[in-house]
Amino acid sequence: MQLRKVKAIFWKQLKDTFKNKAILIQFVMFPVLAVIMESTTNIEGLQDNYFVMLFATMYIGMAPLTGMATVIAEEKEKHTLRMLIMSNVRSYEYLIGVGTYVVLACLVGSTVMGITAGYMGGKLVLFTGIMMIGVLLSTLLGAVIGVWSKNQMVATSIVVPVMICFSFLPMIAMFNEAIEKVSKFTYSQQVNYLLHNISDMSLTSENVLVIISNFIIITILFVYAYRRSRFA
Amino acid sequence: MYSLDIQNVSHAFDDNQVLKNIELKIHQGEIFGLLGPTGAGKTTLLKILTGQLRQQNGSAYVFDKDTKSLDLEDYEKFGMVLENVGIYERLSCYDNLLLFTKIYGIDKKNVDYVLKRVGLLEAKKTIGMNLSKGMRQRLALARAIIHHPKILFLDEPTSGLDPATVQEIHKLLCDLKDEGITIFMTTHNMVEATKLCHHVGLLHLGEIVEYGEPKEVCQRYDHQKNIHIQLNDMTNVTLSNSAESADTISEYIRSGKLQAIHSSEPTLETVFIELTGRRFE
Repeated sequence: MQLRKVKAIFWKQLKDTFKNKAILIQFVMFPVLAVIMESTTNIEGLQDNYFVMLFATMYIGMAPLTGMATVIAEEKEKHTLRMLIMSNVRSYEYLIGVGTYVVLACLVGSTVMGITAGYMGGKLVLFTGIMMIGVLLSTLLGAVIGVWSKNQMVATSIVVPVMICFSFLPMIAMFNEAIEKVSKFTYSQQVNYLLHNISDMSLTSENVLVIISNFIIITILFVYAYRRSRFA
Repeated sequence: MYSLDIQNVSHAFDDNQVLKNIELKIHQGEIFGLLGPTGAGKTTLLKILTGQLRQQNGSAYVFDKDTKSLDLEDYEKFGMVLENVGIYERLSCYDNLLLFTKIYGIDKKNVDYVLKRVGLLEAKKTIGMNLSKGMRQRLALARAIIHHPKILFLDEPTSGLDPATVQEIHKLLCDLKDEGITIFMTTHNMVEATKLCHHVGLLHLGEIVEYGEPKEVCQRYDHQKNIHIQLNDMTNVTLSNSAESADTISEYIRSGKLQAIHSSEPTLETVFIELTGRRFE
Protein backbone atom coordinates (compact mmCIF):
# COMPACT_ATOMS: atom_id res chain seq x y z
CA MET A 1 0.00 0.00 0.00
CA GLN A 2 1.31 3.45 -0.90
CA LEU A 3 0.47 5.98 1.79
CA ARG A 4 0.97 8.78 -0.76
CA LYS A 5 -2.08 7.62 -2.70
CA VAL A 6 -4.23 7.19 0.41
CA LYS A 7 -3.30 10.74 1.43
CA ALA A 8 -4.13 12.00 -2.08
CA ILE A 9 -7.59 10.42 -1.93
CA PHE A 10 -8.13 11.81 1.58
CA TRP A 11 -7.10 15.28 0.39
CA LYS A 12 -9.43 15.04 -2.61
CA GLN A 13 -12.32 14.02 -0.38
CA LEU A 14 -11.65 16.83 2.06
CA LYS A 15 -11.61 19.42 -0.74
CA ASP A 16 -14.65 17.93 -2.41
CA THR A 17 -16.86 17.66 0.67
CA PHE A 18 -16.57 21.34 1.54
CA LYS A 19 -18.29 22.02 -1.77
CA ASN A 20 -20.73 19.11 -1.46
CA LYS A 21 -23.50 20.33 0.82
CA ALA A 22 -25.46 17.07 0.62
CA ILE A 23 -22.60 15.15 2.26
CA LEU A 24 -21.47 17.97 4.53
CA ILE A 25 -24.91 18.27 6.09
CA GLN A 26 -24.87 14.57 7.02
CA PHE A 27 -21.77 15.09 9.13
CA VAL A 28 -22.90 18.33 10.73
CA MET A 29 -26.67 17.92 11.21
CA PHE A 30 -26.87 15.61 14.25
CA PRO A 31 -24.06 17.16 16.31
CA VAL A 32 -25.64 20.59 15.73
CA LEU A 33 -29.10 19.26 16.64
CA ALA A 34 -27.66 17.69 19.80
CA VAL A 35 -26.07 21.00 20.83
CA ILE A 36 -29.26 22.96 20.14
CA MET A 37 -31.63 20.52 21.87
CA GLU A 38 -29.41 20.00 24.93
CA SER A 39 -28.88 23.72 25.41
CA THR A 40 -32.45 24.85 24.78
CA THR A 41 -34.68 22.05 26.10
CA ASN A 42 -35.33 21.51 29.77
CA ILE A 43 -38.04 18.90 30.29
CA GLU A 44 -38.52 17.60 33.80
CA GLY A 45 -37.96 13.88 34.25
CA LEU A 46 -36.03 13.52 31.01
CA GLN A 47 -32.93 11.39 31.47
CA ASP A 48 -29.53 13.06 31.38
CA ASN A 49 -28.13 13.72 27.93
CA TYR A 50 -31.29 12.32 26.38
CA PHE A 51 -30.86 14.16 23.10
CA VAL A 52 -27.16 13.39 22.80
CA MET A 53 -27.87 9.67 23.21
CA LEU A 54 -30.77 9.85 20.77
CA PHE A 55 -28.89 11.73 18.07
CA ALA A 56 -25.63 9.83 18.65
CA THR A 57 -27.25 6.54 17.63
CA MET A 58 -28.92 8.16 14.64
CA TYR A 59 -25.60 9.77 13.70
CA ILE A 60 -23.90 6.37 13.71
CA GLY A 61 -26.59 4.85 11.52
CA MET A 62 -26.76 7.70 9.03
CA ALA A 63 -23.68 9.87 8.49
CA PRO A 64 -20.95 7.28 7.78
CA LEU A 65 -23.34 5.00 5.91
CA THR A 66 -24.65 7.71 3.58
CA GLY A 67 -21.29 9.45 3.26
CA MET A 68 -19.35 6.37 2.22
CA ALA A 69 -22.02 4.92 -0.08
CA THR A 70 -22.73 8.22 -1.84
CA VAL A 71 -19.08 9.10 -2.42
CA ILE A 72 -18.26 5.71 -3.98
CA ALA A 73 -21.47 5.59 -6.05
CA GLU A 74 -20.91 9.12 -7.36
CA GLU A 75 -17.34 8.31 -8.37
CA LYS A 76 -18.60 5.26 -10.26
CA GLU A 77 -21.38 7.21 -11.94
CA LYS A 78 -19.09 10.06 -13.00
CA HIS A 79 -16.31 7.66 -14.09
CA THR A 80 -13.76 9.35 -11.82
CA LEU A 81 -13.21 6.09 -9.92
CA ARG A 82 -12.18 4.37 -13.15
CA MET A 83 -9.66 7.14 -13.81
CA LEU A 84 -8.22 6.72 -10.32
CA ILE A 85 -7.92 2.95 -10.69
CA MET A 86 -6.28 3.45 -14.09
CA SER A 87 -3.81 5.81 -12.48
CA ASN A 88 -2.51 2.93 -10.40
CA VAL A 89 -4.63 3.63 -7.31
CA ARG A 90 -5.50 0.27 -5.77
CA SER A 91 -9.07 -0.24 -4.66
CA TYR A 92 -8.08 -0.70 -1.02
CA GLU A 93 -6.00 2.53 -1.14
CA TYR A 94 -9.08 4.32 -2.41
CA LEU A 95 -11.38 2.78 0.19
CA ILE A 96 -8.96 3.52 3.03
CA GLY A 97 -8.58 7.13 1.81
CA VAL A 98 -12.32 7.79 1.63
CA GLY A 99 -13.03 5.67 4.74
CA THR A 100 -10.44 7.57 6.80
CA TYR A 101 -12.04 10.82 5.77
CA VAL A 102 -15.53 9.62 6.74
CA VAL A 103 -14.34 8.22 10.09
CA LEU A 104 -12.39 11.38 10.97
CA ALA A 105 -15.34 13.62 10.04
CA CYS A 106 -17.54 11.49 12.31
CA LEU A 107 -14.90 11.61 15.05
CA VAL A 108 -15.19 15.40 15.05
CA GLY A 109 -18.99 15.16 15.22
CA SER A 110 -18.81 12.56 17.99
CA THR A 111 -16.41 14.71 20.00
CA VAL A 112 -18.80 17.66 19.72
CA MET A 113 -21.62 15.42 20.98
CA GLY A 114 -19.45 14.13 23.84
CA ILE A 115 -18.56 17.66 24.94
CA THR A 116 -22.25 18.61 24.67
CA ALA A 117 -23.01 15.74 27.06
CA GLY A 118 -20.52 17.24 29.48
CA TYR A 119 -17.91 14.51 29.14
CA MET A 120 -14.28 15.46 29.60
CA GLY A 121 -10.96 13.62 29.70
CA GLY A 122 -11.28 9.83 29.97
CA LYS A 123 -15.08 9.90 29.72
CA LEU A 124 -14.89 11.85 26.49
CA VAL A 125 -12.36 9.40 25.08
CA LEU A 126 -14.61 6.52 26.11
CA PHE A 127 -17.66 8.17 24.54
CA THR A 128 -15.91 8.82 21.22
CA GLY A 129 -14.34 5.36 21.36
CA ILE A 130 -17.77 3.72 21.63
CA MET A 131 -19.07 5.98 18.88
CA MET A 132 -16.15 4.97 16.68
CA ILE A 133 -17.12 1.28 16.95
CA GLY A 134 -20.48 2.12 15.39
CA VAL A 135 -18.99 4.57 12.90
CA LEU A 136 -16.46 2.00 11.65
CA LEU A 137 -19.16 -0.63 11.12
CA SER A 138 -21.42 1.88 9.35
CA THR A 139 -18.51 3.02 7.17
CA LEU A 140 -17.89 -0.57 6.14
CA LEU A 141 -21.60 -1.07 5.46
CA GLY A 142 -21.62 2.15 3.40
CA ALA A 143 -18.66 0.77 1.41
CA VAL A 144 -20.68 -2.42 0.72
CA ILE A 145 -23.55 -0.36 -0.68
CA GLY A 146 -21.26 1.98 -2.66
CA VAL A 147 -19.29 -0.88 -4.20
CA TRP A 148 -22.49 -2.77 -5.02
CA SER A 149 -24.29 0.19 -6.63
CA LYS A 150 -23.67 1.29 -10.20
CA ASN A 151 -24.81 4.86 -9.59
CA GLN A 152 -26.09 7.27 -6.95
CA MET A 153 -29.74 6.46 -7.57
CA VAL A 154 -29.21 2.77 -6.85
CA ALA A 155 -27.08 3.64 -3.83
CA THR A 156 -29.78 5.92 -2.40
CA SER A 157 -32.48 3.29 -2.90
CA ILE A 158 -30.42 0.83 -0.83
CA VAL A 159 -29.11 3.32 1.73
CA VAL A 160 -32.55 4.58 2.82
CA PRO A 161 -34.00 1.26 4.14
CA VAL A 162 -30.64 0.21 5.63
CA MET A 163 -30.27 3.61 7.28
CA ILE A 164 -33.79 3.40 8.72
CA CYS A 165 -32.99 -0.02 10.09
CA PHE A 166 -29.76 0.98 11.83
CA SER A 167 -30.56 4.50 12.92
CA PHE A 168 -34.29 4.54 13.64
CA LEU A 169 -34.79 1.09 15.15
CA PRO A 170 -32.71 1.88 18.27
CA MET A 171 -34.63 5.13 18.64
CA ILE A 172 -38.06 3.48 18.35
CA ALA A 173 -36.85 0.69 20.62
CA MET A 174 -36.61 3.27 23.41
CA PHE A 175 -40.41 3.35 23.42
CA ASN A 176 -41.32 -0.12 22.18
CA GLU A 177 -40.08 -3.36 23.75
CA ALA A 178 -41.20 -5.52 20.84
CA ILE A 179 -38.99 -3.58 18.45
CA GLU A 180 -36.14 -3.73 20.93
CA LYS A 181 -36.26 -7.55 20.71
CA VAL A 182 -35.35 -7.18 17.03
CA SER A 183 -33.12 -4.13 17.20
CA LYS A 184 -30.85 -5.64 19.85
CA PHE A 185 -29.36 -7.75 17.07
CA THR A 186 -28.03 -4.63 15.37
CA TYR A 187 -24.67 -3.08 16.21
CA SER A 188 -26.24 0.38 16.46
CA GLN A 189 -28.57 -0.82 19.24
CA GLN A 190 -25.63 -2.35 21.09
CA VAL A 191 -23.66 0.89 20.73
CA ASN A 192 -26.71 2.68 22.08
CA TYR A 193 -26.69 0.38 25.16
CA LEU A 194 -22.97 1.05 25.65
CA LEU A 195 -23.53 4.80 25.45
CA HIS A 196 -26.34 4.61 28.01
CA ASN A 197 -24.15 2.58 30.36
CA ILE A 198 -21.11 4.79 29.94
CA SER A 199 -21.14 5.79 33.62
CA ASP A 200 -20.91 2.12 34.73
CA MET A 201 -18.40 1.30 32.02
CA SER A 202 -20.11 -2.08 31.77
CA LEU A 203 -19.67 -4.32 28.77
CA THR A 204 -21.84 -7.42 28.42
CA SER A 205 -21.15 -10.53 26.39
CA GLU A 206 -24.25 -9.67 24.34
CA ASN A 207 -22.68 -6.33 23.36
CA VAL A 208 -19.48 -8.00 22.20
CA LEU A 209 -21.19 -10.94 20.47
CA VAL A 210 -23.66 -8.83 18.49
CA ILE A 211 -21.06 -6.26 17.42
CA ILE A 212 -18.56 -8.94 16.33
CA SER A 213 -21.20 -10.97 14.48
CA ASN A 214 -22.44 -7.79 12.74
CA PHE A 215 -18.85 -7.03 11.76
CA ILE A 216 -18.36 -10.53 10.32
CA ILE A 217 -21.62 -10.35 8.33
CA ILE A 218 -20.80 -6.92 6.92
CA THR A 219 -17.27 -8.05 6.00
CA ILE A 220 -18.68 -11.08 4.15
CA LEU A 221 -21.12 -8.78 2.34
CA PHE A 222 -18.26 -6.47 1.42
CA VAL A 223 -16.14 -9.28 -0.01
CA TYR A 224 -19.14 -10.52 -2.01
CA ALA A 225 -20.01 -7.03 -3.32
CA TYR A 226 -16.39 -6.32 -4.21
CA ARG A 227 -15.91 -9.60 -6.08
CA ARG A 228 -19.19 -9.11 -7.90
CA SER A 229 -18.65 -5.54 -9.04
CA ARG A 230 -14.83 -5.16 -9.10
CA PHE A 231 -15.32 -1.41 -8.87
CA ALA A 232 -16.86 -1.53 -12.35
CA MET B 1 9.81 -2.98 -30.71
CA TYR B 2 6.16 -2.15 -31.20
CA SER B 3 4.24 0.00 -28.76
CA LEU B 4 1.13 -1.97 -29.63
CA ASP B 5 0.96 -5.41 -31.15
CA ILE B 6 -2.52 -6.75 -31.78
CA GLN B 7 -2.68 -10.33 -32.99
CA ASN B 8 -5.86 -11.89 -34.28
CA VAL B 9 -8.08 -10.28 -31.64
CA SER B 10 -11.77 -11.21 -31.70
CA HIS B 11 -14.52 -10.37 -29.27
CA ALA B 12 -18.27 -10.86 -29.10
CA PHE B 13 -20.99 -9.62 -26.76
CA ASP B 14 -23.42 -12.55 -26.64
CA ASP B 15 -24.20 -13.26 -30.31
CA ASN B 16 -22.92 -9.91 -31.51
CA GLN B 17 -19.41 -10.34 -32.98
CA VAL B 18 -17.90 -6.91 -32.30
CA LEU B 19 -14.29 -7.56 -33.35
CA LYS B 20 -13.07 -10.11 -35.89
CA ASN B 21 -9.42 -11.13 -36.18
CA ILE B 22 -7.91 -7.68 -35.71
CA GLU B 23 -4.21 -7.51 -36.63
CA LEU B 24 -2.33 -4.25 -36.03
CA LYS B 25 1.20 -3.20 -35.19
CA ILE B 26 1.91 0.32 -34.02
CA HIS B 27 5.42 1.74 -33.69
CA GLN B 28 6.78 3.88 -30.88
CA GLY B 29 6.15 7.59 -31.47
CA GLU B 30 3.50 7.26 -34.15
CA ILE B 31 -0.07 8.48 -34.21
CA PHE B 32 -2.42 5.70 -35.19
CA GLY B 33 -6.04 6.41 -36.04
CA LEU B 34 -8.70 3.76 -35.75
CA LEU B 35 -11.50 4.95 -37.97
CA GLY B 36 -15.00 3.71 -38.14
CA PRO B 37 -18.61 4.73 -37.74
CA THR B 38 -20.49 4.48 -34.45
CA GLY B 39 -20.80 0.85 -33.42
CA ALA B 40 -17.87 -0.36 -35.53
CA GLY B 41 -16.02 -1.72 -32.46
CA LYS B 42 -13.52 1.11 -31.87
CA THR B 43 -14.23 1.58 -28.18
CA THR B 44 -14.26 -2.19 -27.61
CA LEU B 45 -10.74 -2.46 -29.05
CA LEU B 46 -9.64 0.50 -26.94
CA LYS B 47 -11.01 -1.20 -23.83
CA ILE B 48 -9.12 -4.39 -24.70
CA LEU B 49 -5.88 -2.50 -25.18
CA THR B 50 -6.24 -0.71 -21.86
CA GLY B 51 -7.08 -3.92 -20.01
CA GLN B 52 -10.66 -2.90 -19.22
CA LEU B 53 -11.99 -5.82 -21.24
CA ARG B 54 -10.57 -9.25 -21.96
CA GLN B 55 -10.79 -10.37 -25.55
CA GLN B 56 -12.17 -13.83 -26.23
CA ASN B 57 -9.58 -14.73 -28.86
CA GLY B 58 -6.15 -13.53 -29.90
CA SER B 59 -3.53 -11.50 -28.06
CA ALA B 60 -2.80 -7.84 -27.58
CA TYR B 61 0.47 -6.47 -26.25
CA VAL B 62 1.32 -2.98 -25.03
CA PHE B 63 5.11 -2.58 -24.84
CA ASP B 64 5.38 -6.38 -25.00
CA LYS B 65 3.05 -6.83 -22.05
CA ASP B 66 -0.08 -8.91 -22.57
CA THR B 67 -3.09 -6.68 -21.96
CA LYS B 68 -4.76 -9.57 -20.12
CA SER B 69 -2.09 -9.40 -17.45
CA LEU B 70 -1.55 -5.65 -17.09
CA ASP B 71 -0.50 -4.60 -13.59
CA LEU B 72 -1.63 -1.36 -12.05
CA GLU B 73 2.00 -0.21 -12.40
CA ASP B 74 1.66 -0.58 -16.18
CA TYR B 75 -1.05 2.08 -16.14
CA GLU B 76 1.56 4.64 -15.14
CA LYS B 77 2.88 4.35 -18.72
CA PHE B 78 -0.59 5.10 -20.06
CA GLY B 79 -2.44 8.34 -20.53
CA MET B 80 -6.11 8.03 -21.32
CA VAL B 81 -8.92 10.24 -22.48
CA LEU B 82 -11.98 8.05 -22.54
CA GLU B 83 -15.47 8.66 -23.82
CA ASN B 84 -16.59 9.87 -20.37
CA VAL B 85 -13.83 12.23 -19.34
CA GLY B 86 -14.34 11.64 -15.59
CA ILE B 87 -13.36 14.91 -13.99
CA TYR B 88 -14.26 16.05 -10.48
CA GLU B 89 -17.13 18.49 -10.92
CA ARG B 90 -16.66 20.35 -7.65
CA LEU B 91 -12.88 20.68 -7.87
CA SER B 92 -11.09 23.37 -9.86
CA CYS B 93 -9.01 22.55 -12.93
CA TYR B 94 -5.93 23.04 -10.78
CA ASP B 95 -7.15 20.72 -8.02
CA ASN B 96 -8.27 18.10 -10.52
CA LEU B 97 -4.70 17.89 -11.76
CA LEU B 98 -3.06 18.40 -8.36
CA LEU B 99 -4.78 15.20 -7.21
CA PHE B 100 -3.03 13.24 -9.94
CA THR B 101 0.37 14.76 -9.19
CA LYS B 102 -0.12 13.53 -5.62
CA ILE B 103 -1.12 10.08 -6.88
CA TYR B 104 1.82 9.81 -9.28
CA GLY B 105 4.19 11.38 -6.78
CA ILE B 106 5.35 14.10 -9.18
CA ASP B 107 6.13 17.77 -8.68
CA LYS B 108 3.05 19.98 -8.46
CA LYS B 109 4.79 22.48 -10.76
CA ASN B 110 3.67 20.15 -13.55
CA VAL B 111 0.09 21.33 -13.02
CA ASP B 112 0.69 24.84 -14.29
CA TYR B 113 2.90 23.51 -17.08
CA VAL B 114 0.26 21.16 -18.50
CA LEU B 115 -2.55 23.67 -17.94
CA LYS B 116 -0.56 26.09 -20.08
CA ARG B 117 0.03 23.43 -22.73
CA VAL B 118 -3.69 22.72 -23.08
CA GLY B 119 -4.62 26.40 -22.87
CA LEU B 120 -6.40 26.25 -19.54
CA LEU B 121 -4.01 28.24 -17.37
CA GLU B 122 -6.36 31.19 -17.16
CA ALA B 123 -9.21 28.88 -16.14
CA LYS B 124 -7.19 27.09 -13.47
CA LYS B 125 -9.56 28.16 -10.69
CA THR B 126 -12.74 27.27 -12.60
CA ILE B 127 -14.52 24.27 -11.13
CA GLY B 128 -15.32 21.24 -13.27
CA MET B 129 -19.07 21.79 -13.47
CA ASN B 130 -18.53 25.27 -14.98
CA LEU B 131 -16.29 24.10 -17.82
CA SER B 132 -17.46 23.91 -21.42
CA LYS B 133 -17.23 20.61 -23.28
CA GLY B 134 -14.04 21.70 -25.02
CA MET B 135 -12.45 22.78 -21.74
CA ARG B 136 -13.40 19.48 -20.09
CA GLN B 137 -11.80 17.62 -22.97
CA ARG B 138 -8.65 19.70 -22.64
CA LEU B 139 -8.57 19.13 -18.89
CA ALA B 140 -8.88 15.38 -19.48
CA LEU B 141 -6.01 15.61 -21.94
CA ALA B 142 -3.95 17.56 -19.41
CA ARG B 143 -4.58 14.83 -16.83
CA ALA B 144 -3.60 12.18 -19.38
CA ILE B 145 -0.19 13.76 -20.05
CA ILE B 146 0.70 15.14 -16.62
CA HIS B 147 2.83 12.10 -15.72
CA HIS B 148 4.66 11.92 -19.10
CA PRO B 149 3.12 8.66 -20.32
CA LYS B 150 4.70 6.51 -23.05
CA ILE B 151 1.40 5.94 -24.80
CA LEU B 152 -1.83 7.90 -25.07
CA PHE B 153 -5.20 6.26 -25.69
CA LEU B 154 -7.72 8.78 -26.95
CA ASP B 155 -11.35 7.91 -27.58
CA GLU B 156 -12.86 10.46 -29.98
CA PRO B 157 -10.73 13.28 -28.53
CA THR B 158 -12.25 16.05 -30.61
CA SER B 159 -15.80 14.82 -31.01
CA GLY B 160 -18.31 17.65 -30.73
CA LEU B 161 -15.72 20.39 -30.24
CA ASP B 162 -15.51 23.73 -32.04
CA PRO B 163 -12.93 24.09 -34.86
CA ALA B 164 -10.64 26.39 -32.85
CA THR B 165 -10.41 23.90 -29.97
CA VAL B 166 -9.90 21.05 -32.42
CA GLN B 167 -6.97 22.94 -33.95
CA GLU B 168 -5.40 23.46 -30.54
CA ILE B 169 -5.79 19.79 -29.63
CA HIS B 170 -4.30 18.73 -32.97
CA LYS B 171 -1.28 20.94 -32.38
CA LEU B 172 -0.83 19.49 -28.91
CA LEU B 173 -1.08 15.92 -30.22
CA CYS B 174 1.57 16.67 -32.87
CA ASP B 175 3.86 18.12 -30.17
CA LEU B 176 3.35 15.02 -28.02
CA LYS B 177 4.15 12.79 -30.97
CA ASP B 178 7.37 14.79 -31.51
CA GLU B 179 8.26 14.04 -27.90
CA GLY B 180 8.11 10.31 -28.73
CA ILE B 181 4.72 9.51 -27.25
CA THR B 182 2.73 6.87 -29.13
CA ILE B 183 -0.85 7.94 -29.71
CA PHE B 184 -3.67 5.51 -30.37
CA MET B 185 -6.84 7.39 -31.18
CA THR B 186 -10.28 6.41 -32.31
CA THR B 187 -12.17 8.86 -34.44
CA HIS B 188 -14.81 9.10 -37.08
CA ASN B 189 -13.37 12.38 -38.31
CA MET B 190 -11.64 11.56 -41.61
CA VAL B 191 -10.04 14.98 -42.03
CA GLU B 192 -8.52 14.71 -38.57
CA ALA B 193 -7.15 11.25 -39.32
CA THR B 194 -5.65 12.35 -42.65
CA LYS B 195 -4.03 15.36 -41.04
CA LEU B 196 -2.65 13.74 -37.89
CA CYS B 197 -2.11 10.02 -38.32
CA HIS B 198 0.93 8.17 -39.64
CA HIS B 199 -1.22 5.11 -40.15
CA VAL B 200 -4.95 4.49 -40.10
CA GLY B 201 -7.06 1.40 -39.85
CA LEU B 202 -10.60 1.48 -41.24
CA LEU B 203 -12.86 -0.59 -39.02
CA HIS B 204 -16.15 -1.85 -40.36
CA LEU B 205 -18.41 -4.32 -38.59
CA GLY B 206 -15.52 -5.42 -36.40
CA GLU B 207 -13.02 -5.97 -39.22
CA ILE B 208 -10.08 -3.88 -40.38
CA VAL B 209 -11.06 -3.38 -44.00
CA GLU B 210 -8.10 -1.16 -44.91
CA TYR B 211 -4.81 -0.21 -43.30
CA GLY B 212 -1.91 2.08 -44.20
CA GLU B 213 -0.74 5.67 -44.41
CA PRO B 214 -3.71 7.95 -45.13
CA LYS B 215 -2.29 9.17 -48.47
CA GLU B 216 -1.28 5.69 -49.51
CA VAL B 217 -4.76 4.35 -48.69
CA CYS B 218 -6.36 7.13 -50.72
CA GLN B 219 -4.06 6.57 -53.69
CA ARG B 220 -4.88 2.87 -53.67
CA TYR B 221 -8.47 3.81 -54.46
CA ASP B 222 -7.69 6.56 -56.96
CA HIS B 223 -9.27 4.80 -59.92
CA GLN B 224 -10.20 7.81 -62.02
CA LYS B 225 -6.94 9.77 -61.75
CA ASN B 226 -8.61 12.95 -63.01
CA ILE B 227 -7.53 16.59 -62.82
CA HIS B 228 -10.16 19.25 -62.28
CA ILE B 229 -9.51 22.66 -63.75
CA GLN B 230 -11.38 25.81 -62.93
CA LEU B 231 -11.20 28.61 -65.48
CA ASN B 232 -11.50 32.35 -64.88
CA ASP B 233 -15.04 32.35 -66.29
CA MET B 234 -15.91 29.76 -63.56
CA THR B 235 -16.14 26.94 -66.10
CA ASN B 236 -15.05 23.54 -64.71
CA VAL B 237 -13.05 21.21 -66.94
CA THR B 238 -12.13 17.62 -66.07
CA LEU B 239 -9.06 16.10 -67.74
CA SER B 240 -7.45 12.71 -67.34
CA ASN B 241 -4.19 12.71 -65.41
CA SER B 242 -2.09 11.70 -68.43
CA ALA B 243 0.45 13.13 -70.89
CA GLU B 244 -2.29 14.00 -73.37
CA SER B 245 -3.70 16.59 -70.99
CA ALA B 246 -0.40 18.49 -70.73
CA ASP B 247 -0.93 20.54 -73.90
CA THR B 248 -4.43 21.58 -72.87
CA ILE B 249 -3.27 22.67 -69.43
CA SER B 250 -0.31 24.57 -70.94
CA GLU B 251 -2.68 26.36 -73.28
CA TYR B 252 -4.93 27.43 -70.38
CA ILE B 253 -1.89 28.79 -68.55
CA ARG B 254 -0.52 30.59 -71.62
CA SER B 255 -3.85 32.20 -72.39
CA GLY B 256 -4.31 33.31 -68.78
CA LYS B 257 -7.63 31.48 -68.45
CA LEU B 258 -6.55 29.23 -65.61
CA GLN B 259 -8.04 29.93 -62.17
CA ALA B 260 -7.18 26.71 -60.26
CA ILE B 261 -6.09 23.10 -60.68
CA HIS B 262 -7.34 20.36 -58.36
CA SER B 263 -6.44 16.71 -58.28
CA SER B 264 -9.26 14.27 -57.61
CA GLU B 265 -7.71 11.81 -55.15
CA PRO B 266 -10.31 10.13 -53.03
CA THR B 267 -10.58 11.03 -49.36
CA LEU B 268 -10.60 8.46 -46.57
CA GLU B 269 -14.34 8.92 -46.43
CA THR B 270 -14.82 8.05 -50.12
CA VAL B 271 -12.52 5.04 -49.63
CA PHE B 272 -14.64 3.92 -46.71
CA ILE B 273 -17.83 4.33 -48.71
CA GLU B 274 -16.34 2.37 -51.58
CA LEU B 275 -15.28 -0.42 -49.25
CA THR B 276 -18.39 -0.69 -47.16
CA GLY B 277 -21.16 0.99 -49.05
CA ARG B 278 -22.02 3.15 -46.07
CA ARG B 279 -21.24 6.63 -44.86
CA PHE B 280 -19.75 7.62 -41.53
CA GLU B 281 -22.22 8.81 -38.93
